[in-house]
Amino acid sequence: MTAPLRESALGREILPIAIFLGFALLPVAAAFGAEAYLLDLFMRVMIFAIAALGLDLLVGYGALVSFGHAAFIGIGAYAVGILAAHDINEAWITLPVALIAATAFGYLTGTICLRTRGVYFIMITLAFGQMAYFLASSLAPYGGDDGLTIHTRNTLFGLAPFADTRLFYYIVLACLIGCYWLCRALVVSRFGRVFRGARENATRMATLGYDIHRYQLAAYAISGALGGFAGFLLANATDFVSPAYMSWQRSGELIIMILFGGLGTLHGAIIGALAYLLLGEWLSDLTENWKMIFGPLLVLIVLLARGGLLGLVGQLAARWRRKSIAEPQS
Amino acid sequence: MSMSLLVVQILNGLQLGVLLFLIAAGLTLVFGVMNFINLAHGVQYMLGAYLAVMFYTITGSSLLALVLALFSALAFGLFLEFVVFRHLYERDHLDQVIATFGIILFLNQAVKYVWGAAPLSLPVPELFSGSVVLMPGLLYPVWRLVVISAGLIVALMLYALVNLTRLGMLVRAGANNAPMVSALGVDIRRLFMIVFGFGTMLAGFAGIMIAPILSVEPGMGDTILILAFVVIVIGGIGSIRGAFIAALLIGLADTLGRSFSVDVLRLVMAPSPARTVGPAIASMLIYLMMALVLYFRPTGLFPPKGRVR
Amino acid sequence: MYRVIAALATAAALALVTTSAGAQEKLKIGVIGTLSGPPAVLGQQMRNGFQLAVKDLGGKLGGREVEIIVQDDELKPDVAVSKVKALIERDKVDFVVGPIFSNILQAILKPATDGGAILISPNAGTSNFAGKECNANFFVTSYQNDQAHAVSGKYAQDSGFKKVFLIAPNYQAGRDAMAGFKSVYKGEIADELLVPLGQLDYAAELSKIATAKPDAIYVFLPGGMGVNFVKQFRQAGLADKVVFLSAFTVDESTLPAQQDAAVGLFGGANWAPNLDNPQNKKFVAGYEKEYSAVPGSYAFQAYDAALLIDGALKATKGSTADKTALQAALKKANFTSLRGNFKFNTNHYPIQDFYLVKVAKRADGKFQTEIAKKVFTDYADPHAKDCPMK
Repeated sequence: MTAPLRESALGREILPIAIFLGFALLPVAAAFGAEAYLLDLFMRVMIFAIAALGLDLLVGYGALVSFGHAAFIGIGAYAVGILAAHDINEAWITLPVALIAATAFGYLTGTICLRTRGVYFIMITLAFGQMAYFLASSLAPYGGDDGLTIHTRNTLFGLAPFADTRLFYYIVLACLIGCYWLCRALVVSRFGRVFRGARENATRMATLGYDIHRYQLAAYAISGALGGFAGFLLANATDFVSPAYMSWQRSGELIIMILFGGLGTLHGAIIGALAYLLLGEWLSDLTENWKMIFGPLLVLIVLLARGGLLGLVGQLAARWRRKSIAEPQS
Repeated sequence: MSMSLLVVQILNGLQLGVLLFLIAAGLTLVFGVMNFINLAHGVQYMLGAYLAVMFYTITGSSLLALVLALFSALAFGLFLEFVVFRHLYERDHLDQVIATFGIILFLNQAVKYVWGAAPLSLPVPELFSGSVVLMPGLLYPVWRLVVISAGLIVALMLYALVNLTRLGMLVRAGANNAPMVSALGVDIRRLFMIVFGFGTMLAGFAGIMIAPILSVEPGMGDTILILAFVVIVIGGIGSIRGAFIAALLIGLADTLGRSFSVDVLRLVMAPSPARTVGPAIASMLIYLMMALVLYFRPTGLFPPKGRVR
Repeated sequence: MYRVIAALATAAALALVTTSAGAQEKLKIGVIGTLSGPPAVLGQQMRNGFQLAVKDLGGKLGGREVEIIVQDDELKPDVAVSKVKALIERDKVDFVVGPIFSNILQAILKPATDGGAILISPNAGTSNFAGKECNANFFVTSYQNDQAHAVSGKYAQDSGFKKVFLIAPNYQAGRDAMAGFKSVYKGEIADELLVPLGQLDYAAELSKIATAKPDAIYVFLPGGMGVNFVKQFRQAGLADKVVFLSAFTVDESTLPAQQDAAVGLFGGANWAPNLDNPQNKKFVAGYEKEYSAVPGSYAFQAYDAALLIDGALKATKGSTADKTALQAALKKANFTSLRGNFKFNTNHYPIQDFYLVKVAKRADGKFQTEIAKKVFTDYADPHAKDCPMK
């Protein structure tokens, strides 16, 4: 039957395009109301979506649950912050520094973390995340626990692309699309297939002659780089860096985001970031005790919606399709 | 760095270790036997403390408050198990993490809603409210010694239970290979429930014991939860002996680290930066320890032998 | 897909709802504080104090009806920035009142003032915004962080204490606390302990204090930290041997939990519930009636913030359109503060009196701080000289 194929075509091509189109059109809708606030909000969504993409690569495609992913965001952000504190605001310096720092941290910690499996892997990534957090808290000249205000956003050869909110928004959107395309290409490439194969059956991949460890380490470093990139954008978007960007609660939130949307689908990570942040924003406006609603909601989603929101939609769509097939007449 | 200060800090470290053990024991049992990551274990601890305060306010008796709080904590834990957790045993760890995280959010907020946001206080039971002179000028509260003793007694009881009783045998077998135990005709559901109930009671007990010393406030379970996870990972998941040793190790390392990090650092750097870097290093210490242990022993120090998972 | 459509629909709906149609009748004020987690009680006091003031003034400030929008910063700086931007851009507030914590202030000052609102802090008062980075749109109704700590320093110095032990959390406000104390106290410092923020068990630190045998200790441990420290301090038998000086450690937010353990301990503050003037008496009685709790500094300073806005708006005849006029009116501080003496320095931080306060148990069983003696009169903060504003 062609039905399942249509689903995946919908999933893989139409849905992401629809999402990006939505983001692109948002400023038009926002211009009629609280423009700066909405742009700021959705920009944050897109930035976290970039980080979530990196995490989905690891968790969804590699079954490597990293509980310290927020550290990469923090490292990228602090690269910008620390350089700004020394009056270095040029993006062609800060961006490479952020990326290199994040990738290096990923590479170094990855060599240690990837010696473990399962829940031990989760815990050791958490450990490194915590170490990054405490290190940042101890940096008294850079604000320590209070954080550091960034007075001017990064500039590029004299231009200030981040100063105008709408332009910044579209730049972030372009970055998101770029990262998505990169991850998509990675996943279907030979590298991606080896990596995914390692998740399915590591022994088999090893007997086929692949050094899984190298592939996993590379994926871990790439995922870290994406997180660092998100951090670079976040620092510029909020004009502020603080150790709170790296807390274990933040790492937990990233995991929730990719689970929300649907693991291992890439656009699920974007949807998850969107859903999680918007839901939190909306609920916190409703009531002070919004976590009392949000908590059980999470539980329900886990219990009922396997595969996150995308899975839920898929289930509903399948059920609807089955119904329409089962009723040939009328 | 005087000898008596060292002795006191060691006692303090033991007290923290014992507290961590009470919480980690339940966590490692549940994880080991049921393969269930329960992040909500921390709020179980918090709930124990809150229930103790509530029952003390109602009855005015410390003993009654302890007993009532213990049983109501158990009841609540079993209720959670019935409503939420038992649907998660078959799911993978990630789902369990998220769902129990949701429970944490809910309970932290609910506790604030019911009892208010301000920290609450529980007085030390009359009988143990004195102090002993440990060093000239420092009185060491008797209650802290009570906590240490209680923890050690519970540790002994658990050891006896797990190693010398039939139930303990089933638990050890379950930690090794739960499906096989079920296939051998044991009611695995009941075993799970008993294990979970025990774990929950231990956490609640820890909360009740610590309430007279620490302030009772929303979110008090979160930091200790992370520490407890570090403990069970270092100790080896499913191993009570591992949890005990790791808990004492961490309790001592954390306490001694906090006390002496600045002094140690002052040997190599100026006092002012030492004062801010010291506490940071002290906080990182246990994570460094965990990373080191996992590097050399990727499954912890004392993983249950022949674990099929 | 459905989620995206829902999101767009929300955006469109939000857009429709928040049209800015010319001059608004209602004065919108955003209150941002920490309302979740352990320090929630401080944010609640701030919110209560502000709301009580507006209620006492008949729901109007400066003759204009007031709409108060309360937001929780969750003690997360980036969440605070987002909420403040929402308040300014979506809710179009003219004033932002808050925050409680210094690190939140660091994060929100720029977005708040850049967005065109006046930020009034009823608690956080960092040194950088009192000095080089002072801001025309930023006013403080509390104090500059250093000052509260200097009170105890002066008392220790004047009382002739030879050796003092310092303890504070390891963040900027904690380091400021120690600096503030040392700026006045010139005796021997036995040791300076910076503990991790949020630490609850002080067994290790108390042992160190006992070994050092100081004449007094100076403690800055806000919230739950202070509750724990005081209880454990008393349990360790140190309360009878060492004079306990502090700031924000034994105050009305922590006393309900500390109870008898805190009685007789000292603090440094710019106010106490038993400060003897008619407006304060009325405030304390009103607050206790409305919220069944003794008000603390977080509440009274927020109340004063409302009075400040009221006084300024009366001068500009309710208009917030002319920012310069509004700033000038605010700077005049034409209102009767609950603490009595109040005027602004050039950096928009207050010049006020400071007292040594002592914890006492009231006849009705509740606990409060009470004025023991005045330590500073018309005390200006030391950073004002670095502020370019005149």
